[in-house]
Amino acid sequence: MKTAVKKTIEKYGSDKYRLMDILIDIQSEFGYISREAIALIAEDLGMSEVDVEQTVSFYHFFSQKPTGKYCIYLNNSAVANMMGRAAVAATFEKELGIKFGEVTPDGLVGLFETSCIGMNDQEPAAIINNHIFTRLTPFRVKEIVRDIKEGKDVSEMLVADYGDGENRSDLIRSVVSNNIRKIGPVLDRDFKAGQAIEKIIKMKPEEVIEEVKKSNIRGRGGAGFPTGLKWEFCRNAPGERKYIFCNADEGEPGTFKDRVILTERPRLLFEGMVIAGYAVGATEGIVYIRYEYKYLQNYLENILQKAREANYLGKNILGKKGFNFDIRIQFGAGAYVCGEESALIESAEGKRGEPRDRPPFPVEKGYHDMPTVVNNVETLCSVVKVILKGGEWYKSFGTHESTGTKVLSISGDCKFPGVYEVEWGFSVNDILDMVGAEKDDVQAVQVGGPSGAIIAPNEFTRILGYEDLATGGSLIIIGKNRDILNDIVLNFTEFFIEESCGSCSTCRIVPTLMRNKLIKILNARGVKQDLADLQEWGKILKASRCGLGQTAANPILSSLKNFPHLYEEKIQKNKTYDSGFDLNAVVKESAKATGRVPII
Amino acid sequence: MSQYVRFTIDKTECMAIKGQYIVEAAKENGIYIPTLCNYPGVKPKGGCRICTVKVNGKLMTSCTTPVAEGMTIENDIPDIRELRKAIVELLFVEGNHFCPACEKSGNCELQALAYRFQVMAPRFPFQFPLRRVDASHPKIIKEQNRCILCKRCIRAIKDEKGRSIFAYRRRSSRVEVVVDSKLGKQLTDELAQKAMDVCPVGSILVKEKGYITPIGQRKYDKMPIGSDIENMQVNKI
Repeated sequence: MKTAVKKTIEKYGSDKYRLMDILIDIQSEFGYISREAIALIAEDLGMSEVDVEQTVSFYHFFSQKPTGKYCIYLNNSAVANMMGRAAVAATFEKELGIKFGEVTPDGLVGLFETSCIGMNDQEPAAIINNHIFTRLTPFRVKEIVRDIKEGKDVSEMLVADYGDGENRSDLIRSVVSNNIRKIGPVLDRDFKAGQAIEKIIKMKPEEVIEEVKKSNIRGRGGAGFPTGLKWEFCRNAPGERKYIFCNADEGEPGTFKDRVILTERPRLLFEGMVIAGYAVGATEGIVYIRYEYKYLQNYLENILQKAREANYLGKNILGKKGFNFDIRIQFGAGAYVCGEESALIESAEGKRGEPRDRPPFPVEKGYHDMPTVVNNVETLCSVVKVILKGGEWYKSFGTHESTGTKVLSISGDCKFPGVYEVEWGFSVNDILDMVGAEKDDVQAVQVGGPSGAIIAPNEFTRILGYEDLATGGSLIIIGKNRDILNDIVLNFTEFFIEESCGSCSTCRIVPTLMRNKLIKILNARGVKQDLADLQEWGKILKASRCGLGQTAANPILSSLKNFPHLYEEKIQKNKTYDSGFDLNAVVKESAKATGRVPII
Repeated sequence: MSQYVRFTIDKTECMAIKGQYIVEAAKENGIYIPTLCNYPGVKPKGGCRICTVKVNGKLMTSCTTPVAEGMTIENDIPDIRELRKAIVELLFVEGNHFCPACEKSGNCELQALAYRFQVMAPRFPFQFPLRRVDASHPKIIKEQNRCILCKRCIRAIKDEKGRSIFAYRRRSSRVEVVVDSKLGKQLTDELAQKAMDVCPVGSILVKEKGYITPIGQRKYDKMPIGSDIENMQVNKI
């Protein structure tokens, strides 16, 4: 083991900023990261062991204990539950004879839970040794367990029929489906690699930025910062090197459009990064991809290699002297908070994915403290079309405030879950029609994932756009048969609790307290005061450092606002206040032992 | 020559060197902004959120935000006071803080803030977490029941090679501050004492001594935390 670990460290130049890559390789090779490995890494990188361990213990997909030769991560997101996860989970436990969080005594199989893996349109889904298994059924689980016991390789366990499009290609070979239902101007196939690069090298970088500004495009990750302005800030910031990051860490439960773009339009994305690099004056681009999409690695590396061969990447790109730009892929290791741009940078530097304090913003001090642009996958793709067809053309789509289109990830109770590219300004009603949802059966729509809002039918006339319902693109349709508080709100709140980086006091503590109160209400023990407490406590989170903390109470707060009757039905009618202390319960044991009952 | 900027805190005209963090700038103008994770001379990390103020209407931590010309800062206003009090209460219910038996009592910043904010009983239910006391290191005890995860020790205490002796482990509500077992063994008396002094609460204790300062002479026995700043004679620039 010692030699293998040493070799891995050498592979990344004994660079502590590449700790994530080192750990990912060791985790893949050995199935866990041992004390011994941590000691070796610490020694070679000149760090203390606790320093290495603080990164290891932060990420969900790193384990300090063996995880089995076959390591199964079953998604536990709300939509997975809606699509029948419970039976699948029970079958796994029964067939393997272990509970979640355990490894079989022979060390063959480990069974674990994981947050949304970006497959909401084909749940229940699991990751087994970096291979994705979708649309699981109890029957399919039995087959998988049988294959495991027969010692089959995971790649042989996939059924004969692969997914659509590039999912069938030799370098992916996955059962994942794209489910592209509607293509708009950004995802349109009318693009050939290199086209936009040829155009920009005849322009000045400032002109490129000007065109992007003209389009009024705003960041597609959800925050909506004007892209052109971001580039301009970075271009004007002093720094000897500059970086372009593509944020492909889509972890918001219910979002999966970046997975589809990475599968079907990677050249468009990479070209967008090259444009950004040219505009900003950066020489290196890094695509930070969530670990769940590791099955795309070989495919994407191959496309990058082809781009280098065509001189779309590399030195003096397409003959433009001094225009040097290359892209590398950085994988995460399971942490939703890394979707926050400064946490993403920390993670890419091999550290815990804890958001930084701002100011300074990444455009001033980002990766390696150099000016850095972090853009969403979809933003970078859209920019290519802006360059090819002009800012004015782009502005002709969408609304005044929100120009262009949005790629939506739609899942839940509808006939056609999948990816839709629509113009901004579509109402929720339009979308329900489009995806084949029976409107009479729709109880609610979760817009923008757990950090967004859950809205009721009386608000379905609202439109998608920065001026009304801003969204990173996730819409989950919730049918009438669902228990919103239990199936959605509790699940999302637990998601935030698990994904907090833990460094802000507010985000580390408050969501747990609110979850406990929600459970109390679900158990019909709540009183009116509990509802008021939830409102008040939720406000405290606004003082958190990053978007995760600031929105962690949104599932509870937005359901309290839009579905107050669900809470009121559950609370005790005859009580307005309780002390939270149940004397009978706490003295139950002693009362039983002594045979004496307390007098209340 | 340094450049000065003008700004207001709660409508009081203030002046400070450009680039100074709000919390420091306020101090120089005789205004106390409560802090907990912040420590002079150590890189700030906006973790506890107690020093939150409103900067031009937006919530910002004053330990990490530099002052700028024309800033309007709101500090001693009802909703900020309420937020700070809530955070102190959160930190109390998150761990197991039994002040009467703690040797940092009277010198503890969390306790002092609770007095200053007049916390009678926390509004939140106590979590009573099961935490351990790590006494495996020769010089110090790491009392996890009292750790408020402020990262002061992580940031302030390094060995001679600049390596971390303290670090976070895990994430979410399971996060804890742990001591490196190898470097913990090499901790000098001086560094052990520094670690204890840096800790705002009683989570890092130097072994084989304790309760040295008698009650009545402890740091916060006579005056509430922050009064040194508020009573300071401010030299108007």
